[in-house]
Formats: sequence, structure tokens, C-alpha cells
Amino acid sequence: MSQKTVEVPVGRNPEMGVDGRPVQSPLTPFDVAEPDFNTEEMLINIGPQHPATHGVLRLVCELDGETVTRVMPDIGYLHSSFEKLGEYRTWNQIVTLTDRMDYLAPLIYNCAYMMSVEKLMGIEVTERCKVVRVILMELDRIFGHLLWLGTTAIDVGAFTPFLYAFQEREKIYQLHESLTGARITTSATRVGGMMADLPEGWTEQLRSFLSTFPDTLAEIDSLLTRNQIHIGRTQGVGAISAEDALNYGFTGPNLRAAGVDYDVRKDRPYYDYETYDFEVPVGEHGDCYDRYLCRMEEMRQSVRILHQALERLPGGPINVQDPNVSLPSKTDCMSDMESMIHHFKLITEGIPAPEGDCYYAVEGSKGELGMYVVAEEGDTKPVRWRIRPPSFVNLSVISKLAEGHMVADLIMINASLDIVLGEIDR
Amino acid sequence: MTDDIPSAFDALEDGPRPSDEVRQAPPRFPAAESDHPTIVALGEAFGDAIIGQRTSAGDQHVVWIDPTRNFEILRWLKEDPAQAYTMMSDVTAIDYGNGRPVEVVYQMFSIRHKQALRVRAPLAVDHLEIDSVAPLWQTADWLEREVYDMFGVTFKGHPDHRRILMPYDYDEGYPLRKDFPLRGRYSRAEQTRRALNQDLERYYLEDTLAEGREPQEARAADRTELQDPENTGGEQ
Repeated sequence: MSQKTVEVPVGRNPEMGVDGRPVQSPLTPFDVAEPDFNTEEMLINIGPQHPATHGVLRLVCELDGETVTRVMPDIGYLHSSFEKLGEYRTWNQIVTLTDRMDYLAPLIYNCAYMMSVEKLMGIEVTERCKVVRVILMELDRIFGHLLWLGTTAIDVGAFTPFLYAFQEREKIYQLHESLTGARITTSATRVGGMMADLPEGWTEQLRSFLSTFPDTLAEIDSLLTRNQIHIGRTQGVGAISAEDALNYGFTGPNLRAAGVDYDVRKDRPYYDYETYDFEVPVGEHGDCYDRYLCRMEEMRQSVRILHQALERLPGGPINVQDPNVSLPSKTDCMSDMESMIHHFKLITEGIPAPEGDCYYAVEGSKGELGMYVVAEEGDTKPVRWRIRPPSFVNLSVISKLAEGHMVADLIMINASLDIVLGEIDR
Repeated sequence: MTDDIPSAFDALEDGPRPSDEVRQAPPRFPAAESDHPTIVALGEAFGDAIIGQRTSAGDQHVVWIDPTRNFEILRWLKEDPAQAYTMMSDVTAIDYGNGRPVEVVYQMFSIRHKQALRVRAPLAVDHLEIDSVAPLWQTADWLEREVYDMFGVTFKGHPDHRRILMPYDYDEGYPLRKDFPLRGRYSRAEQTRRALNQDLERYYLEDTLAEGREPQEARAADRTELQDPENTGGEQ
């Protein structure tokens, strides 16, 4: 397996400048003993409506002076029981629920859900569809990481990366819009294929995004990676060992930053990911800085995968050529009796599934995203639809990570976990 | 005429399927032959505790276990070097309705051997109790809380056994059970009234937070007070 350890030449010494020469560190301006502030124990409440919680999250913190002694996350403010709603919808109707969970990387959720349903039904999608879904998932990985990058930077006071990141996100929004008609709630997948094939000129639009994006990323990189303040705020903050990270259920960049080389794309490959040439960045210290480095590198690797996928994008139909699965074209439907019957049956009844259950894991932008569907013989709706939520599991670790840190570090740790509350509460 | 055509919206009109009404014989679990090394080893090591096995969705291996021995079996799966399922991807449950057992589902993955395994433990609807695996995997802490919150399965030995997504004093039941109506048990007006009448202060006091860490049963007295509409209405 290919593996890459992220190394930054500047080193981890906060008293070293960009050019490698020692400089006066602004982080320790006074060479005096720290006065003892540990006089008062407090209970403070961060959120639920607070910009630094990145959503409707409430953190109840027990403080000793300014040191966090215990964090009790309180979630559920956005709970709308998507899993229950799914039990009352046909397989295709559920797609609209999936992108409302993680509105920061909606296409990954659309695709993951459909892969699970297709696997359960034993439907093999076309080669074109596979590559298109890989493109969409990698595009949304960049999309999700960019939002994380911008908001995390702004949490530690860096405003410029936020603007740069959102400028690039806007281009991906436009790609979403020209493909699906929506910017966030994409709902692009259907059983056996996609809602629509790629529109004319879409790949050129994507290529032009890919030609400028690495430069912007390099610019953000130059603003943050060797930035004294950023390093001071992130290195050694919220560190976790590899063993703990695994035991606490970390997945995705958070787990890899702790040094565990586990990426669903490499370890449980789907959609021919084993044939793409890309590397999985693995960190060493498991702190906020390593999580930052891992995500930055993942975006570069996603660009590589996108280039390869665009190269190999085959022609041919995007939907499965099975009238019991894919909707007929509108023209056929209006002129051909057979097609009209299929259309009617598909819309009113849905697609019957075989008896069984299927858990399908993909590498989402936040971690291992699993979709678990259970059906009984001939069901057109799931008996149970379960999302294995990466953010939910990642957030559960925050109590351990933040213990003993300052309140300001708690904000940084929370930001570095890359959570989205829509998916935590579902 | 159109009424005879089965539609996707039938379930909405028919309402929820009953959970407690037994319509069929106790389920028999599939016993298909499996060549998955872990399932073979499980059969040798635990014998009777393995009550079914099957391959689902093409290549996914499922094994049904005796729910009273789940901790022992899962610990073996984690600690035996030939299995090494160090990653607990997911803990969830399935309610099929019609009085069939509620099944707790563990999705496991072994990074060392690159193998996935799904373990299902069926629990009788009138005895939803199983050992917690949170001492083995910390990640099971929140996931089991969610299963408790949504299905009412009690996890024995769980360090922090309380609701997680729903409010701590939610008393309408367990939302993902098949006998729970899609729109909740109370009317919209009653739900609004309860939301407006709740005591906001209790969400900020330290002793109430500490109290929230107790099992739900310990606070049954509080809930009965809340259930009485005279009581809550009168305070305002």
C-alpha cells in the first residue's frame, strides 16, 4: 500500500521562523511565572447558537479558571429522524433525505446511499456511471474540506483563507448547479444510475476548475502551514494516540492524522478505486495541526484522482438498461405502451428489493460513511435504513480531546474535527 | 378503482405496524454454509451461541449470536489475534415489527486482515436488554446511547446510559420502533404546548446535568409529573 507521511521542513519548533532562523516567539511574550488563576470553578455553556460550534451544537463545559476539566456535548437540536422518514419512502424518494444530512458534501451522501441499495438489489451500474460517481465524490471531498479549511482558519483568526476557500467553493457550487439544478440539495443519484447524464461542457468546466484550484490551495497553504500563529494554535492541541483514535471510532482524516493508515478507498475498495493512482496522507501526532495537514494533502490527492477519472470517462449509457430499474425516456413513455407501463409501475410501486441487508461503506469527506439498508422480500421501501454517521462518532471524542486544554483550544479542537450537525442529529 | 393499486403512500394511511402483536412463529435464522474464516472459527469456539449465518448482498457475511453471550463473543473477536476486529464501525438495531425480535447489529472491520463481519443479536420484544460493549470499544458509548434512545434497548453496564438525540425527559417512547407513529404520539398542539412549557432553567444547572447521567428509570417520578397535563399547565 502506498503511504505518505506529511513532513513539513520548518519543523515543529514554535520559536523557528519561516527562514529557519530562531525568532522571538510572540506566543510567550513575558518570561515570568504564570500566576495561579485556578481559583474558581465554573460551568459555562457554549452554543447551541454560536458561530464557533459550526452548527446547532451545545457544549456544556466545566472550567477550572480557563482550563476545561470536562466537556459534555449536547446534541439533537436538528434531529428530524431521517431514518424513520426513510421507512415511509420508496428507494428513490430517500435520495432527497441523504443530501440534507451533510449539506457540505451532498453528492457523497447521494452516491453512498445508492451504492448500498444497488448492492442489496444486485444491480451493477454502467462503467460511465461508476466514473461519474467517482468524479462527483472526489469533487465533494474538496467541497467539504474547503468549508472546513475556511471556517477553521477563521476560528483561529485567519480571515483570508476563508475568502479564498469560499471563492473556490463557489465554483463547485456552479458545477453542482449545472449538473443537478441545485447548489446544495443535489439529489443527483437514482437506483441504477444518475438523475441525468453530465450536461454539455460540464467536463470542461470541471477541467478549468482543476487548472486553477491547486494554485489557490498553494496560496492558502503558504498562508497557514508555516504560519507562526497557526502552528502555535494547532500543534500539540487535541492530540490523540493511534490506539485511542481507533478505539474511539475515529475515521477519515482524523484517524489518519493519528497515524492509522485506514482509508476505505484503499482498504475496502469500491468503484475501482484500487486502479486510481493516489496516496493516502498519514499523520504522526494526531493533533489539530496533523489533521490540517492531512486534509490539505487529501485535497491535492483528490485533484489527482479527478484528473485520472476525467481521462478515463467512458461513453455509453449512464443508466442501467433495465426497464424494471431505470425510468424510460419521456418520449418513449408518451409513445410506447410498454414504456408507459414500466414508468407507471416504477413511480407508483417502486423497485422491489430482495430479502437481505447490506452495509456499504465509502470514504466520505468526514470519515467512513456507511449506509445500512435492510429489506424483506419484494419491499419497495426499506424496513430499516441506517446511516453510520462519521461526524457523530468523531464528535463523541471531543470530551477526551479537550480535557485539560484552554477554552480557546476547545474551539480549535471542535473545528478540527470537521463536524456537520445535520448529519450528527439526522 | 385507484384505491386497489398499491402505492408508496399506503403506509401513511394504514398507520404504523404493531410491534407487540405476534402474527407469526418465532423466526428461524438462516444457516447457510459459510467459508468466511471468522464464522468458521466462531462456530468452533462458541458452538451453540452461534444461532445462524448467511451471506447477504453478494459478499457480506452475517452471523446471528445468542444475545446473552454478546460481550464474550465480541471480546473474542476483538482480542483473538487471528480475528483482530479492532474497529467497531457501527452499532445499531432493526425492528421488523409484528412482534419479531429487535436485532442489535454490530458492523465490525478488521484492519489487520481486511475483513468485515456483521454480527446480529436478536432480542425478544418484551425483554430488550443486552450487555454493553462500551468497555471494549469507546465508540460504542454514543452509538449504544442512540440505540437506547431510538429503540429502547437497555445496555447493561453502559457508563452513561441516557438519551442522546431526543430530550432527556422525552416520554413518547422510542421513535424508530415500528409501533411509533410517524408524527409522534401526541397531537401537534400538545407537542407545542409541552415545548413552550418546559423549564429552561433545568438545562443549565449543574446538579440537573449530573442527574441526567443517571439511567432514565431513576427519573420516572419526574416524568409522571410531566405527563399530567394539569401539573405542567398549572405552573405557567
